[in-house]
Amino acid sequence: MSQSAKQPNRLAAGGCVDRNHTLNFTFNGQAYTGHPGDTLASALLANGVDLVNRSFKYSRPRGIVAAGSEEPNAVVQLGASEAAQVPNVRATQQALYEGLVAHSTNGWPDVQKDLMGWIGKLGAPFMPPGFYYKTFMAPASMWMTYEKYIRKTAGLGRSPTETDPDIYDHMSQHCDVLVIGAGPAGLAAALASARAGARVILADEQEAMGGSLLDSRECLDDRPAGQWIADALAELERLENVTLLPRTTANGYHDHNFVTLHERRTEHLADSAPSIEGRRQPRSRLHRVRAGQVVLATGAHERPLVYANNDVPGNLLAGAVSTYIRRYGVIPGRRLVLTTSNDHAYRAALDWLDAGHDVVAIADARETPDGELVEQARARGIRIIPGSAVIEASGSKRVTGARIARIDREAFKVIGPVETLDCDTIASSGGYSPVIHLASHTGARPSWNETILGFVPNTVKGVAAAGGARGIYPLADVLADGADAGAKAAASQGFEAVFETTALPRVPAIREGEACALYQVPHEKTTLRAPKQFVDLQNDVTAAAIELATREGFESIEHVKRYTAMGFGTDQGKLGNINGMAIAARCLGRSIPEVGTTVFRPNYTPVTFGAVVGRHCRELFDPERYTAMHQWHVEQGAEFEDVGQWKRPWYYPRHVNGRLESMHEAVVRECRAVRERVGILDASTLGKIDIQGPDAREFLGRVYTNKWAKLAPGRVRYGLMCKDDGMVMDDGTTSCLGENHFLMTTTSGGAAAVLEWLEMWHQTEWPELDVYFTSVTDHWATMTVTGPEARKPLAEITDIDLDRESFKFMDWREGNVADVPARVFRISFTGELAFEINVQANYAMHVWKTLFEHGDKYGLTPYGTETMHVLRAEKGFIIAGQDTDGSVTPEDLGMYWAIGYDKPFPWIGKRALSRSDTRRTDRKQLVGLRPADPAVVLQEGAQIVFDPQQAIPMTMVGHVTSSYYSPTLESGFALAVVKGGHQRLGETVYLPMADGTIHEAEIVGTQFVDPEGERQNV
Amino acid sequence: MFYIYCPYCEEHREEEEFHPKGQAHLARPEDPDACSDEEWGDYLFFRNNPRGIHHEMWVHALGCRKFFNITRHTVTYEILETYKMGEQPTITAETEASRPAATASSTDDRVSTETKGAQGVQA
Repeated sequence: MSQSAKQPNRLAAGGCVDRNHTLNFTFNGQAYTGHPGDTLASALLANGVDLVNRSFKYSRPRGIVAAGSEEPNAVVQLGASEAAQVPNVRATQQALYEGLVAHSTNGWPDVQKDLMGWIGKLGAPFMPPGFYYKTFMAPASMWMTYEKYIRKTAGLGRSPTETDPDIYDHMSQHCDVLVIGAGPAGLAAALASARAGARVILADEQEAMGGSLLDSRECLDDRPAGQWIADALAELERLENVTLLPRTTANGYHDHNFVTLHERRTEHLADSAPSIEGRRQPRSRLHRVRAGQVVLATGAHERPLVYANNDVPGNLLAGAVSTYIRRYGVIPGRRLVLTTSNDHAYRAALDWLDAGHDVVAIADARETPDGELVEQARARGIRIIPGSAVIEASGSKRVTGARIARIDREAFKVIGPVETLDCDTIASSGGYSPVIHLASHTGARPSWNETILGFVPNTVKGVAAAGGARGIYPLADVLADGADAGAKAAASQGFEAVFETTALPRVPAIREGEACALYQVPHEKTTLRAPKQFVDLQNDVTAAAIELATREGFESIEHVKRYTAMGFGTDQGKLGNINGMAIAARCLGRSIPEVGTTVFRPNYTPVTFGAVVGRHCRELFDPERYTAMHQWHVEQGAEFEDVGQWKRPWYYPRHVNGRLESMHEAVVRECRAVRERVGILDASTLGKIDIQGPDAREFLGRVYTNKWAKLAPGRVRYGLMCKDDGMVMDDGTTSCLGENHFLMTTTSGGAAAVLEWLEMWHQTEWPELDVYFTSVTDHWATMTVTGPEARKPLAEITDIDLDRESFKFMDWREGNVADVPARVFRISFTGELAFEINVQANYAMHVWKTLFEHGDKYGLTPYGTETMHVLRAEKGFIIAGQDTDGSVTPEDLGMYWAIGYDKPFPWIGKRALSRSDTRRTDRKQLVGLRPADPAVVLQEGAQIVFDPQQAIPMTMVGHVTSSYYSPTLESGFALAVVKGGHQRLGETVYLPMADGTIHEAEIVGTQFVDPEGERQNV
Repeated sequence: MFYIYCPYCEEHREEEEFHPKGQAHLARPEDPDACSDEEWGDYLFFRNNPRGIHHEMWVHALGCRKFFNITRHTVTYEILETYKMGEQPTITAETEASRPAATASSTDDRVSTETKGAQGVQA
């Protein structure tokens, strides 16, 4: 056969590529052509591109080794524009499209003239395993510098610096049977399940379904495998209960048959998703599948043999050679040497001959190879050298020859003369490893099977492996095993499924000779002195490195893995791990099952962040909650603060003299407005729980620390809530609406947790109490009108008598505000006269605006959460979760007045207050701090010491919990917890800062403004 | 991610709808004041951490808001049963231990595999 001039390695016929159409692409800036049906890898091979990358550690030239997801070398940076950059794409899994732009991930200044390669050559002896740990250990402060350098030279690809224009989807799916892998086992399983009526999802990571059948030499029902695939897929497509997901990788098996499938929807079309009718299509989609049964039909990966210089471009897996020839019509070289431990790999030599090129020899490690494929090769005149293997490849940027010798596998040595054969390609096969990754995700450890020389999976309930994935390799057996697994999976989901062998295609059995165990090939020199024999090509781990690790005392395979970094690459050691274990086993004098295997974890192949995130980004990252007055705040130019999911106005900067106020200026103005005239706060975010039932009052008495027995309708009380360990959990006011009806408020962030807390105690401990809880947070909007003149604007628009004697502090009244039914609570979080107006949320904007219409003349000023914090802290009012942290009791807060020591029921938290730990006198207690320098605003979280002269590390005795500048005090002030603080009023403490300055502060009471509490009673 | 059967809603729902609340069947002492500090400390802070059968409390937080209990295997994560508050589990560490080996489910196979690791399981 002849080859095209433009694509020197493209065969004139054969394969599934469309030679009538040409696709242009560039690799490392060089223009090439390929055809629809190509992967980037097959197109590069067709163009004779040997060198696709530089290796991770030694910067050695590397070429394409495999044809699927196990490829360790051909890892590229994809994308024509900056925004479309995708790192670490396996060229073997990337479909070719018009205009594709790819670059090698490694290599500087480029792969051909790589400067780092010299360091690799010069430095190799100085880069033993663990050299990062050994070389870059000291000084520790330099690690950041080293790491930057190591990363640059290692070249792990780079993320785009521009925003990704693409969108990504998540989709939740349910099915009876999820079949992973659409090779012969998967197709048979899907057919068996689907024919029984089960809802089936069939996912396959490749561009086309069919798996090993896509390059098979075998016939099914006397027809080429491709025709059977087409029939099977046509039937599955016709069935409504089947979803076919090509280009979809099952990346992780999670608990209870939850499997994440990564579907690449447009990545075969362009580097950014095309638009259809003006709508951008999702680039990829993450299917979150909950499956009744999972069938793992993931097949097997071929293992390469480990011989000297086995990383030089031109060394390929035998199976990959067949795939490139038969599926893509590409011949990766001219003169082939095959080195194998089994019959199956002979396909590569036969395919090579069929393509019209020379097979120089087959080195077979077995003494008497005798299977059918062996006989075919012999009949066609191929030279077979038994008992031998390739011990070393020649060449640097491309294989130029193979050194072959007789070997003694048991004694691990070369026992005959070395013959050097002239060739440009070496195909190797050391047997097959079932793809056990997903089974491994289930947590079940695999078992070694000596017959197939590989680990076979164990699984959990609901998961079964079929075909090659469990070490069954002959095609007829694979089909039968797949059909059986599919039928059983459907049956377990209640579908009548019968496994009938007659429904399977006829496949003539091929007699195969027994394979032999061969992993690392011995060399004339010892492993440590021979040229490098690579085990993990992606991470540059050699057989010598593993031998060295075992000599240095690493015996556990998990330790060897971490020390050598074997299997640490983005390929997770798909090709190298078993060989590495075998070498460790040989060095340690143990068997492979004794050494054991490492654990594979999700994801099977790298998943882009886009796919992981899906639509959960930007404004959809987390739900945002708005109050009924939100639009008004926006229009007023408020800055917002996140409180839980709520957006709360933080402060309202105004334009003063043509300049926008700073936060400090706005807060000072807002504070003064409240202390001198009147301000208004949108407090709608406060959690509100409606509590009803004959036992509501009893329940409150159990969950709050203080007393509730005598709270009359129309009255309000502050309540403090502890966990049973006595630590403050939340606080708020609760109003008695009726004898059996209460309204509880909680902190804005604590609403959901408090409701769950109440439900838990009711449902699990006190189900006999007749009480019901309903969240009404969103139903009621809350606006706090507060300041010495608070009564005036409200009085103009309400029919409620606001007289200080008839509507007392801690009363609430029902009436109309701005013609809207309202509950008005006379409670105060600022220390000033205050009315909290609650109205139905959808009336709230009207009420809010009406208040301003009447309030303007009184200077009604909106204030935000920052001012609220300053005002409450000036009064010593705590914020649960800011001034408390789960280690603070009501006593630590000095809130003895809120503790009902003599309540009859042992309320939550009471017993803990008498534990020895809570009785300690040196507990951290809440106090006020006045900085010696009034200009200083202490840092929240700053640590407190008694003696600033002591040696570092100093004894820390507390920290600042809240700290602000007070316009009223014209000074900074703070709340803090200090050991034994209640007994230390008037003492001086010190706050050493990171920059070396030490602030001085006096311990004072927590009430900085109006300690007598007279202002709220004007 | 767990797939949890809510005994009140009577259907399987995704784990995202639930909150775990720790060990189940922890009764609050009737008279806390009668407890020694140690007894009260045990109630507050000490929890079982079994390898195998574990009873734990969950709440269908984004569903019916009901609390209920789960019997879960802490190695396989298999949920063996869920039951309402006030009910007792039918599967416990004791009932599992007394089950004859012949009827052992995949759970037990898995545990033995885990215990032995890859070393002991030569085919």
